[in-house]
Amino acid sequence: MKVTITVNGQTHESDIEPRTLLVQYVRDTLGLTGTNIGCDTSSCGACSLHVNGESVKSCTMLAAQADGCEVTTIEGLAKDGVMHPMQTAFMENHGLQCGYCTPGMVMASISLLKENPNPTEEEVRIGLEGNLCRCTGYHNIVKSVLAAAQAK
Amino acid sequence: MIPAPFDYKRASSAEEAIALVGEYGDEAKFLAGGHSLLPLMKLRLAQPAVLVDIARITDLSYIRDAGDHIAIGALTRHMDVEKSPIVLQHAPLLANAASHVGDPQVRHRGTIGGSIAHADSASDLPATTLALGATYVVQGPNGVREIPANEFYVGFLESALAPDEMLTEIRVPKMNGATWGFQKFNRRAQDWAIVGVAAWKRGTESGVALVNMGSVPVLATSVAQAIASGASISEAAELAAAEAEPQSDLNASAEYRVHLAKVLVRRALESTNA
Amino acid sequence: MGGSILGNRVLRKEDPKFLTTGGKYVDDLLDEPLLQNAVHVTYARSSVAHGRILSIDASDAASMPGVIAVFTGADLDLQPMPSAFNPAATRTLLAMDKVRFVGEPLAIIVSETREQGEDASEAIIVDYDVLEAFVDVEQAMASSTLLYDACGSNVVFDTTALGMPDNTGDDFFAGCEVVVKGRYINQRVAPCPLEVRGAAAAWGPDGRLTQWLSTQHAQGAPGPIATANGVDVSQVRVKTPDVGGGFGAKIGTYPEDLLLGVVAKRVGRPVRWRETRSESMVGLGHGRAQLQYITIGGSRDGKVTHYQFHAIQDSGAWVDMGTILAPFMTRPMSSGVYDIPNIECRTTSVVTNTTPTVAYRGAGRPEATAAIERAMDMFAAEIGMDAAEVRRINLIPKFMEPHTTAIGGKYDVGDYEESLNRALEASDYAGWRKKQAERRANNDPKQIGIGVSVYVEITGGVGTGESAKVEVLEDGSARVYTGTSPHGQGHDTSWSMLASEQTGIPMDKIELVWGDTDLVPVGSGTMGSRSLQQGGNAVYSVAGTLAEKAKSVAARLLEANEADIVLDKDKGVFHVAGTPAVSKTWAELAIAEKATGGLVHSDIIGVVGPTFPFGAHVGIVEVDTETGKVVHIAHYACDDAGTVLNPMLLEGQIHGGVAQGAAQALMEEVRYDEDGNPITSNLADYAFISAAELPSVHVIHMETPTPNNLIGAKGIGESGTIGSTPALQSAVIDAVSHLGVRHIDMPTTAERVWSAIQQTR
Repeated sequence: MKVTITVNGQTHESDIEPRTLLVQYVRDTLGLTGTNIGCDTSSCGACSLHVNGESVKSCTMLAAQADGCEVTTIEGLAKDGVMHPMQTAFMENHGLQCGYCTPGMVMASISLLKENPNPTEEEVRIGLEGNLCRCTGYHNIVKSVLAAAQAK
Repeated sequence: MIPAPFDYKRASSAEEAIALVGEYGDEAKFLAGGHSLLPLMKLRLAQPAVLVDIARITDLSYIRDAGDHIAIGALTRHMDVEKSPIVLQHAPLLANAASHVGDPQVRHRGTIGGSIAHADSASDLPATTLALGATYVVQGPNGVREIPANEFYVGFLESALAPDEMLTEIRVPKMNGATWGFQKFNRRAQDWAIVGVAAWKRGTESGVALVNMGSVPVLATSVAQAIASGASISEAAELAAAEAEPQSDLNASAEYRVHLAKVLVRRALESTNA
Repeated sequence: MGGSILGNRVLRKEDPKFLTTGGKYVDDLLDEPLLQNAVHVTYARSSVAHGRILSIDASDAASMPGVIAVFTGADLDLQPMPSAFNPAATRTLLAMDKVRFVGEPLAIIVSETREQGEDASEAIIVDYDVLEAFVDVEQAMASSTLLYDACGSNVVFDTTALGMPDNTGDDFFAGCEVVVKGRYINQRVAPCPLEVRGAAAAWGPDGRLTQWLSTQHAQGAPGPIATANGVDVSQVRVKTPDVGGGFGAKIGTYPEDLLLGVVAKRVGRPVRWRETRSESMVGLGHGRAQLQYITIGGSRDGKVTHYQFHAIQDSGAWVDMGTILAPFMTRPMSSGVYDIPNIECRTTSVVTNTTPTVAYRGAGRPEATAAIERAMDMFAAEIGMDAAEVRRINLIPKFMEPHTTAIGGKYDVGDYEESLNRALEASDYAGWRKKQAERRANNDPKQIGIGVSVYVEITGGVGTGESAKVEVLEDGSARVYTGTSPHGQGHDTSWSMLASEQTGIPMDKIELVWGDTDLVPVGSGTMGSRSLQQGGNAVYSVAGTLAEKAKSVAARLLEANEADIVLDKDKGVFHVAGTPAVSKTWAELAIAEKATGGLVHSDIIGVVGPTFPFGAHVGIVEVDTETGKVVHIAHYACDDAGTVLNPMLLEGQIHGGVAQGAAQALMEEVRYDEDGNPITSNLADYAFISAAELPSVHVIHMETPTPNNLIGAKGIGESGTIGSTPALQSAVIDAVSHLGVRHIDMPTTAERVWSAIQQTR
C-alpha cells in the first residue's frame, strides 16, 4: 500500500506492506537507524518518536496509521548542528551510557516537558514509566530532564 | 517481532467501517489506537486477515456535556480523557483512571473505545466505566443500540458486541458531589493492575468495580448494598470479592488478590477526593 | 602549567553521536559494503524444556515466500563440542539428539527479509519424546534422569572434586554460643541489555570471514568462530559496532553467533541476524541462580567465629560460564568484609532445563555478599543487636598491606569501617531509626525499613594486564588502541583523558580504536570491572612511554640533549628546558618519524593482581504492611574504587549498579512453570525495573588507592550492584521484623512480604 509520511520535515511517499510497523518504516525504509527496537511488547520505549508532536511507541503503530502524519525522530531534533536543549541536558548530566535507550528516552522526555513544563522529580519518574534503561539507573536521566525544564 | 500479514482498510465513517467488517466477517478486526490489538498481533496471538482502521473517523473523537451525563466518542484518546475539563469536573474518577492506563506513549494513541471493546478485565477503563454505571452506544448494520456497562462484559476478552457492531460512544453519568478513589496495585508503574479498584460514594449511594479479579470486570454489588444498608466502609470492604472469581497467575495468587481487593476497596471508598 | 585533567568531571566525547543520530549498533550497519545483499537468519527454537528430538520437518517452512534455505544440525553436519568447564558435557550448536531448554536453537531459516524468516519459523514442526524437566537444582541433583548422560550426574562441577575440603556439618559449630541456619535463594535474573544479541557475517574476496558482533570481548570471538567454521583463526576478523549494553551476558559467543559464517558460506551471501526480545529472554544467558545453605555461629557479644556456606549453582542447560562463578568468584569472597577465623565453603554446580547461566553484573560476588550479609542480619536478629553494630564488631580492621581471609581471599587494601561510618553518617542512620521507631509506636500501616550492607568484591580478576598502542599522526592527532571494549562505560572519554594527560594532545584530537581484531589483536575485553585498572592503566603507561620516546626525537630535531627536553603538556610541544620559544610539535615529530615507522608505541602492560573495591550501602524502604508493597524511598552508597579518573562516570556506574541491585532485591525474577516453560519471556512479564520504582541515589565518595596499578584505580562497574542488593533485601525484612519476620527471599515482592507477615500471625 502507498503511504505519505513527513519525517523530520521531509515528505516521503512509499509503497509498503500493510503490516509494516512505523519503527520498521523509519529504520528500514528510510534508513533512519537512530530509533531502536528493544522489545516486542510496547514495554521499553526504545522506539519512541513523535507523531504530530506527541511521543508514541513506533513498534506499536503501523506505518499505515501514520499516513499523512508528521513524524520526528532523534535525527530531526538538532537544527543547523545545534542540539535540542534536551539533547544538551542529557550530555551535560551524563544521562546516557550505552546509548541504546537514549533516542527513545530523549523523545519521551521532550513530550513529557511539553505536557508538563515544570515537573517534580516524582512526575519525571512517573512520566518516563514507559522507557526502560539498563545502564544509568535513571538517576542522571531524571536529572537531565529536570535540568532541561530549568533551562527553558 | 511483527504481525502476520493482513489486509488494511481505512474507514472514514462508522457506516463504512461497519460495512467493511460485515464484508469480511470473522476475519476482520477494527483498529483504533491499536494498543490492545497490535501487541497481540505481534506476538501472533491474534492473526486477523483484515484490519479496518477506524482511527480516522474524526467525528467519533469528542467529549461533550450532555446534561445528566457526559458523552465521550469511542475514538477519544486516553490522554484527552485524562485532561478533559469536562471529565475532570463531572467524572474525575474516569479522568484519574485514564491517567493510569499504560504509559504516556500508550495514552497518546490508545482510545477509550478500543480499551472497552477489547473487554480485558485487566484494563482500567472497563471496570471504571462499570463502576460509574456507564452506558455504551454501539452501532451495527441495523442501527444504533445502547448497552449498559453491566451487561456488556460476558467473558474473557468477550463482550456483548456483535462482530459487525462498533462501539461509538461512552455515556458516563455525572458523579457531582461524590467522593471517589481509584486504586491501581501493580508491580511497576507501566504494568497492568494486579488488582485495581474504581469506586465512588455519595451518601449511601456508591459504585465499586474491580480490575483483574476474574475473567470480566467485576461490579462489586455486595459492597454497594452494604453501604446502602448502612454498613461502615470497613465492613462493606470485607465483601469486596463476593462477586469475583480471581485467578492465580505470574503476579499474584487468587487468595492474595482477594485480600488486595478488600484493602483497596476500603482505601478507594475512604478516599476524600471530590 | 595547568592542573591535571585526571579526576575531573569531563563530559563524554561519545555523547553527541548517540544523542543526534543514535549509535551504530550491529543492526544499523545498512551502509556496510560487505553486507550489501545480505540475507536474514532466523533461528527456530525448542518449545519444550527437555526431550529427545524424533524429527524436524522443515518442508513447509522451506517453501514459504522469501525462504532461501532451512538448515538443521544434520544438514550442516554439526559435531558435538565439549564444554570448556566439563568436557564430558557435549552439545551441537543446533540441538540434534536432545533439546535441553525452551529456546534452544534447533534449525536455521535463511530468508530475504527478516519478516519472512519470522513467518517461516512458525512452520517448522518438531516431534519430541518429552523427558522429565528440571527447574529446581535439588530435584536435578537427586534424579537419575540426566541432561548429559556422559557426566554421570546432573552435578557438573563441585569444589570437592577439585580437591577443596568439603563442609563438615554441624560439628563445625561445637562450642558456639549462637548458631543460626538459613536457606536463601539468590534468584535467577535476566541481564536485559537494551540491545539484544545481534551479529552479521560476510566472507570477503580474500577468503576471510568478517563477523560483526555485539560483544564485550571481540578478541575472545575469533577462536570459537574459526572452530565453528573450520578455518584457521587468522582467517577471522571480528568487528564490534556500538554495543547497547552487555552486563556480562555478551562476554562469550553463542551458538547463534558461531553459525553465521557457516550459513553465509552455504548460501553464498552475507547474513544478518538479530534476535527479538522474546528470544533474548530465553537465549541470552541468565545470571545469579544460586541456592545457598548457610550456618553462622559465634558468641552473644556479637563476635562471629564460624561460617559455613554451601552454594548450589544452577548452571542452566549448558555447562557455561555460570558454572564456574560459584567456585572461583563466590567462594573466595565468602568471608566478605569480616574477620571470621573459621570458614568452610563448598560449591556445587548443577545443570537444569533452563537457560544457561553466565556472568551477570557482579558474577559470583553478589551471591557471596548476599549470603554473608543475610547471615550477619540473622545473627544480629538472633542476639538482638543492631545490624550495623554487629557488622562493626566483625569487620576486618583497616589494612594497607594485603590481607588474607580464612577461606583464602587475598584483599589488596581496605578500610571497611570508614566506609560504614561514612554511609551511616550521610544517610542519617540514627534519624531513620528514629522515624522507624515512631512508625512502629504508632502502628502505622506503612513501616520504614533500613538495610545496611558492607561489602568487598574482586575486580580485574580477568586478565593480568592489557594491550595498548598509541600513535601520533602527522596532523598531530593521536590514535589510541585498546583491548578493552566499551558498551556504555565511556572509554572514549576516559582513555582520551589518560592519553591527553601524558602527551598534552587535546582530548578532541584523540581517537579510540577498539573491538576490531585486525587492528587490536590482543585484548581481554570489558568485564569484571577490569577496564580502567588494566586497559586504562596500559594506555596511561604506553602514552607515557611514547612521550618519553618522543623526547629523543625532539632532541634530535632541536639538536639538544634528550635529558634537557621537556614536554609542555599545556601546549602539546617539546622544547629545551628554559627555552620555550623554540619548540617542536607532536605533528612535526610524527612527520620526522614517518620514514622509520611512525611515532608509535605499543605494549602489553601487566598489573600486580586483582583489586578489591569495597563500600557500604544503606537502603531505605517503605513497606505497606496491609498489602506488602515495597517502595524504595532512599539509597546511600559509599563505594571505594580507589583513585577516581572521572567522578561523573564513576557516579553513573554506581547509579546503574544500584538500580540493577535494587531490581534483584525487590522486583526481578526469571520464572518457569513446573514443565520448564518460561513465564517471564518478555518485558511485559519480566519486571525490568523503571524510573518510577527507584529513588535518586546519594553517592558518598571515598578513595583508597590500590597499589596494584599505576593509576591507583579499582573497578566500579559492579560495586553498586553488589552493595545495594543485600542492603535492600535487609531493609524490606527490617521493615516487618518487629512483626516477627526473619527472612524473605528475593525478590521481595508484595505478595511475598504479605505472606511473610501472615505467617507470623
